[in-house]
Amino acid sequence: MVQKASVISRRIKETLIKNIFAVFALFSIVMLGLIVFFLFREGLPIFRVVSVTDFLFGPFWYPTYDPPEYGIGPLIVGSVVVTILSSLIAVPLGVLSAIYISEIAPPRLKEVLKAIIELLAGLPSVVLGFFGMVILAPWLQETFDIATGLNILNASIMLALMAIPTISSLSEDALYAVPRDFKEASYALGATRYETITRVTFTAALSGISTAVILGMARAIGETMVVLMVAGGAAALPGSIFDSVRPMPASIAAEMGEAPFGGDHYHALFATGIVLFFITLAFNLVADYISNRFKEVGSGTL
Amino acid sequence: MNEQSLMKRRYLKQRAFFLIVRLSALVITLALVGILFFLFYNGLGAISWDFLTLPPTDSMTKGGIMPAIVGTFYLTIGAIIVALPLGVASAIYLTEYAKQGKLIRVIRVAVNCLAGVPSVVFGLFGLGFFVVFLRFGSSILSGALTLGILILPTIIGASEEALKAVPQTFREASLALGVSKWATISRIVIPSAVPGILTGSILGIGRAAGETAPIMFTAAAFFTAVLPKSVFNEVMALPYHIYVLATAGTHIEQTRPIQYGTALVLIALVLGIDLVAIVIRSVIRRKKRW
Repeated sequence: MVQKASVISRRIKETLIKNIFAVFALFSIVMLGLIVFFLFREGLPIFRVVSVTDFLFGPFWYPTYDPPEYGIGPLIVGSVVVTILSSLIAVPLGVLSAIYISEIAPPRLKEVLKAIIELLAGLPSVVLGFFGMVILAPWLQETFDIATGLNILNASIMLALMAIPTISSLSEDALYAVPRDFKEASYALGATRYETITRVTFTAALSGISTAVILGMARAIGETMVVLMVAGGAAALPGSIFDSVRPMPASIAAEMGEAPFGGDHYHALFATGIVLFFITLAFNLVADYISNRFKEVGSGTL
Repeated sequence: MNEQSLMKRRYLKQRAFFLIVRLSALVITLALVGILFFLFYNGLGAISWDFLTLPPTDSMTKGGIMPAIVGTFYLTIGAIIVALPLGVASAIYLTEYAKQGKLIRVIRVAVNCLAGVPSVVFGLFGLGFFVVFLRFGSSILSGALTLGILILPTIIGASEEALKAVPQTFREASLALGVSKWATISRIVIPSAVPGILTGSILGIGRAAGETAPIMFTAAAFFTAVLPKSVFNEVMALPYHIYVLATAGTHIEQTRPIQYGTALVLIALVLGIDLVAIVIRSVIRRKKRW
């Protein structure tokens, strides 16, 4: 009788513990929900002043003028331009370095390179921004004989450095996961290492590498300090890569301090945050979809 | 003869490819080394005992960065106090209790999405929720909570990996002896996973120490005359200090050495923390008993 009671109480205790952990696990969902809720709570009021279309596509961002203009068109263009240009730098470097680390480098060098990638990932963004400001900007200014070194090119280079670790380490994971049999089969058919890497290993890892690239780009879009410090800050449509821009995160970070609390400008910045949030969310969901949809399901059989 | 030249071409292609691939690894290495070199080269001169232990003086143009070091310390410790229990508990649920299903799928997607939220959006959220809605004001508390949520996915990911690495046979042996599930988890699984969890948390600490955008609106002050006395005080922080000195005010050129010095201190701190984690991890991998 006593034993039975203790078994039951033990079962109750176990169920209780399990449920407590379940509550903790739900916390991430709750947080994501709270983030969305508070972005909307503080951001939506701007749409009493300006329509959604005018906000998203409006060509003028003059939040402090009288009358103010709240069009984030130039900010979105700024974000898109630096993200694309930085991807042009980061994707080849990231993917190729991953191929080297995973397929070619000798074991010792492999460990060193992995540590280097990890340290690069660990560099605080404000330090990269600072480097871009004080070292890269003057150099660009002199080399290309331009008015300012704080421009799209500079921001793209520094952003690429932030995206490379993401792209490289995730691509490397994907390449590493390709089953050995695939490569051995390829060698057995007489293929060179180059042919095996490009036609077999790379192809088999393509979904993982695509995920890596998308997540790297998402990182570049959302990155704040670099674009805040080196993109130059002009809220206008750029004509060349030497023009300065004001990507969305830079605008939020730079202006939130001056925007009167609860005013239109304040709400407009939160609304910009909503746009930024959903763009990166979309990137993440696509990456998640690709990595699940094309999951490696073991070696195929005929 | 024709076949031989074809073979030659194939290997030539391979050599060219290997060269390009090697070069890309080299470029990345040089970028890291270059950045570190310039910061050390320009920053070392600014570092002195006084720089590390004195507050700024003469409207920030002279003196040290002690309050910023202290502030970053508080924010980082606060963030890890928030994120570690939450992260480890989530990971325990995901690896030990949950059965594969819709809920797990949703939780995983949420964790991934949380990891992808831009840091400045975390700042906005912290401002809207902690600073304004909960009335914590711009304070250590708001900043630490914001940073804690920011590093939560890092901690969850690392803890999950550590828990998954504990061999299934450990659990089965314990359960076969009649030990309850919770006792198995708390006495067998968690102790075996501690080093891995530790590594993940250290990486989280490094991340929290270096972030700027999330604390800009929630905790960071341009200058505080006294050190914080409670969690409701604003603080100076290393990353924010670099940003304001480099971009605002009238003494940008004059304070350049302080900017370099602060950047060097921050880098040494963050990379030092990361290196500790990397070393611990490689020691674990080598010494693994199972």
